[in-house]
Amino acid sequence: MSDTQRKIRKLIGQIEAICLESRPICLMEVCGTHTVSLFRSGIKSLLPDSLRLISGPGCPVCVTSQGYINVACELAGRDEVTICTYGDMVRVPGSNGSLEQQSAEGASVVVVYSARDAVAYAVKHPDRQVVFLAVGFETTAPATAAAVMEAKQKKLDNFFVLPGHKLVIPAMQMLLSAGEVAIDGFMCPGHVSVVIGTEAYRPIVEEFGKPCVITGFEPEKLLQGILLLVKQVAEDRAEVENAYDVAVSEKGNPLAWQMIEKVFYPAAAVWRAIGEIPESGLELRDEFKAFDALEHFGIEPGPDEVPPGCLCGEVIQGKATPPECKLFGTKCTPMNPVGPCMVSSEGTCAAWFKYKS
Amino acid sequence: MCLAVPGKILTVEDSDPPEMGRVAKVDFQGTKIEVSLAMTPDASCGDWVLVHAGFALNVLDEQEARETWQYLREAGVELGLGESD
Ligand code: SF4
Repeated sequence: MSDTQRKIRKLIGQIEAICLESRPICLMEVCGTHTVSLFRSGIKSLLPDSLRLISGPGCPVCVTSQGYINVACELAGRDEVTICTYGDMVRVPGSNGSLEQQSAEGASVVVVYSARDAVAYAVKHPDRQVVFLAVGFETTAPATAAAVMEAKQKKLDNFFVLPGHKLVIPAMQMLLSAGEVAIDGFMCPGHVSVVIGTEAYRPIVEEFGKPCVITGFEPEKLLQGILLLVKQVAEDRAEVENAYDVAVSEKGNPLAWQMIEKVFYPAAAVWRAIGEIPESGLELRDEFKAFDALEHFGIEPGPDEVPPGCLCGEVIQGKATPPECKLFGTKCTPMNPVGPCMVSSEGTCAAWFKYKS
Repeated sequence: MCLAVPGKILTVEDSDPPEMGRVAKVDFQGTKIEVSLAMTPDASCGDWVLVHAGFALNVLDEQEARETWQYLREAGVELGLGESD
């Protein structure tokens, strides 16, 4: 047995011992990478039955509203527009097909690795109106902020962003306020926390009395996070603890936050199949409004329609597991996704499909 | 999508425009990509940085970086690093 295996065994033993003495515990992970890693490593099946792990709204693609996708598709349909986007977004079905389908029909859709690449594309192609799909949580938002600042400095008049960023903490607060899912504690996203820091979880702990543990991605780190959480629940404590202190500090990266705050302000945002959550998104400040695609092209996002039968909304709130969806594995597969949770490799439905069937 | 990946800084230079901080050429186990150091002004050549969507989010110690790489490789995680050069 390798050193790591020994450590993993030991951690599982410790978790089991606590769970044996405790009431049933339900933990939520709010990070698509955690979801995948928990499945892939088989940790889910090694843990005691009285410990339930559920997935929350941890995949930015999955929480993007249908209205947003529809606007992106509408813009892609215009001759003068090039859509620059992270790869995860192109296959998400809108009401009338996906960006991928539009691209096959001749629309200009470019997959980029960074918002910086979208700015570079706009510089190189002054004849194109470049729209960057600005999605992602706090990890990704600073990159968009920097890109918008760069576009302003370069006085670009052909670069725009379609604002779709989401903030993790307000979503956690919403889930707890709604009170429909009995969550005992959160495994908090490692790389989002690199930006926001451990302090950001203070309101969850203080207002809702729910333990928060920042967790890394390798099986050993996941288990360390889970152990700290079950300990807290068993001892009736609610604290912020950091099981990923090699990368995450108390304050996070203040410079990254400053960049976000320079360009954006927190505003209500629509989450797919959940609806509007106050202060959970980012809008461009007045001095950067000229870069807002909605403003420039004068369009309004339509309603957030959900494909008939798709339970994505329930799935991302931890209210349902993917197999409870009638379309799961039949009409909806990674090859033919109906909802975004099946598109993104970090989506809960995609993870279930890959590792459970 | 929020996954950040560790890489090692090979070279550092000013960006264009210089107000946007410096940019670095970062090596991700053989794939070399230009990364902005706007959020990590203290990072320098030889440092390991945690990079997401073209920006270094923090400086990481080497051992942690290597462990993360080992995990990423074993897990076959899609890194989506885009075009390399
Ligand atoms: S299986 Fe498909 S249709 Fe069902 S909830 Fe998941 S993404 Fe939606």
